[in-house]
Formats: sequence, C-alpha cells, structure tokens
Amino acid sequence: MTRPGVEQVWEWLGEIPDPEIPAITLTDLGIIRDVAWQEDTLVVTVTPTYSGCPATSLINMEIETALRSHGIEKLELKRQLSPAWTTDWMTEEGRAKLEAYGIAPPRPAGGPERCPRCGGTTLEKLSQFGSTPCKAQWRCRDCLEPFDYFKCI
Amino acid sequence: MADTIDRTALQQFLLRMGDNTLILGHRVSEWCGHAPVLEEDIALANTALDLIGQTQLWLDYAAEVEGAGRSADDLAFLRDVWDFRNVLLVELPNGDFGQTLMRQFLYDAWASIMLGRLQKSADERVREIAEKAAKENAYHVERSADTVVGLGDGTEESHTRMQAALDYLYPYVGELFESDATDAAMVEAGVAPDPAGLREDYDALVGRVMADATLRLPEKAYVHRGGRSGTMHTEHLGHLLCTMQWLQRAYPGCRW
Repeated sequence: MTRPGVEQVWEWLGEIPDPEIPAITLTDLGIIRDVAWQEDTLVVTVTPTYSGCPATSLINMEIETALRSHGIEKLELKRQLSPAWTTDWMTEEGRAKLEAYGIAPPRPAGGPERCPRCGGTTLEKLSQFGSTPCKAQWRCRDCLEPFDYFKCI
Repeated sequence: MADTIDRTALQQFLLRMGDNTLILGHRVSEWCGHAPVLEEDIALANTALDLIGQTQLWLDYAAEVEGAGRSADDLAFLRDVWDFRNVLLVELPNGDFGQTLMRQFLYDAWASIMLGRLQKSADERVREIAEKAAKENAYHVERSADTVVGLGDGTEESHTRMQAALDYLYPYVGELFESDATDAAMVEAGVAPDPAGLREDYDALVGRVMADATLRLPEKAYVHRGGRSGTMHTEHLGHLLCTMQWLQRAYPGCRW
C-alpha cells in the first residue's frame, strides 16, 4: 500500500473517542503530541493526562486498533512525559463538545464559568476530585444540580 | 546523565521516591469504599491512583538504572520489607479519617516542595517525572490542607482527633529531612536537593496550615527513622505487603 500522509493519520486519530469521555476525541483532548514516519514505521507520540489514569493503556490500544484497521502495519507508540499535558491543549471544539455533554470545560481561572445544565453562574466547589482523575465536582446553586468540571492541570 | 553518576546511589534515590508513593498510594487505597462520604471516597481513590501512577514512573526508572532485568512490577511486588526505602510516615496505619488526612497533608506538603526542586534536576528523566507529578500533587495538597483546617478548626470532637493525629504522626516527619551518603551523591550530581534544605519551606507551610487549623505542633521533636535507609521499618509495613503482594506471592507471574 502507499504510505498515508501524516495529515491523513491525524484525521483518523481525530475520529477516536476518549474511552472515559466519548463526547470528545483524542485530538480534542490534545494528548497526541506528534505523528511522524521514521522510515517505514509510523511513530505516534502520546502524553498521559494523569500518571495513573487507567484510560491511558486503553487509549494506546484504541490508537493501535484504529490505525491497524486503516492498514498501518509498522506502528510505534511513544510515551512523552514532558512537556506535561495541560488542559490548555484542549481544542476549542473539544471544550464546546464537553459543555454540550454536561461537563464544564477547563478554564485558566480555575473554576467553571457556568453550570453546563442551566447556565447558572452561582457555583460552588464540592471537591477537587471527581469521577475520573481529570474532573472535579461542583454544584450549581441556581438549579441545585451537581456537575463535573474538567479541571485545569 | 545516569551514566556519569553513581548508579547505586541514583537507584536508591529513585526507590525512595517510588516507594514513598507506592506505600502511601496503597494505604490510601485501603479507604476505597469505606470513606465517610462519597465525595471523600472518590477523592481518596483519585489520590491513591495518582500516587500509584507516579510510582510506575519512579520505579520504571529505578529498574532501568538497576539494569538487572527487573521491572517496576517486580520491584513493587517481589521485594520484602528490608528492601523498601519509603519513610516510616507513609507506612503507618490509616487510623481514623482525620489521621489519614493528617498523614496525607504532612506528606503532600513535603512532596510539593521536593517536586518543585526536582524540576531543576540535572537528570532529565527525574525532571520530567517531577514536572508531571507536581501538577497532580498541587490538587492533593490543596485538598489535604483544606481538610486538615476543616477538621482541626471544626467541632470539639474533630479538633481533639486531629490534635491526637498530629501528636502521633509528627515524630515521623523528621525522617523526610535526613541526609546520608546517597543524598550527598545526589546533591553532588545535581540530581536532587539536600533533604535538610527543604525543612525551612516545609515548616513555613505546615506552620501556616496548623495555625489555620488551630492545632499545636508538638514541641519535643523525637524522630523515628529507619525507613528510607531500610535499616528498620515499623511492624506495619510487613502487614501491608502481605495484602499488597499476596497475589504475586501466591501465584507467581500471574497476569490478567
């Protein structure tokens, strides 16, 4: 087969949903740091979100499955720790999808802008930790519903 | 970098870092499903998960530096008590929820300073691990400090328990700042700071949080030691390993 271009590979990676938050893709999340051909091997560089995140190995498996289904035979997945992943790398599209899904997107200010359910702005933090390592728990004092906030890191 | 320095010392340093996060991570995970409220249960499980994730990074590197063909898993599950290099503080039993959070804060406060310094390490790998771990630790220390203040400056009952936790745990804090030949080799190679040099920042941070928590730091500073040198762990570590290592001991090489 002819070797697909890296842009094509990026496109394929952009179709893989995050295993924990399927509303966004791996490229939305910003964890794919590089795609390159080294001779006849495709090297995909991935950075972990949290060092103990159980989704990390699943993500690698899904990348491998997806790329193999597109005919990639020689594939190497490289783990890159530095620069450490930051929510600043999440795409604008990813942020919008998160909010539509019911998770308040990360903000440099350190807290959610508004309730992803009712849009209320009177909010309180319940805990720095949530249902996955990347989220915190907040509550909206307008609609009284708790919600997930994708925390900044 | 790792080629030009004393590899035995570097490996010992990495074991100290990785064993601290491994043993504390396991301890904290014992709360899973038992915490007083759901939010706290989730927070403790997340903290444990981060610590075990950091362990993977430290022990991977320790195993590589050792060069004996062992993996991070081998180091975690097939060593016995005398080969562990964690400080005694992290192997102490959980006690009540307050004691667990007090232990967590006393550790998190140290880790926040240590990881900050390690980001200037001459060893690239150490620098990268510290950069990653520091981001996670920022959330741990924020929460453990908040909880220590909330419970310390809480009801009479919670205050009494937090003061008792501090009195029990504080004699184990001094070990974090002890130096030996391994530390000297790390300082010499620019890999890690002299532990003693972290004390001032630590005292400032802990002092501030204890003041907010209306808790009194014990005056007599007896220091329990022996964990990070491996000369003498507490009786508690063996019991912890019995649980943590059981599967690999009973079914060697078991995978799923």
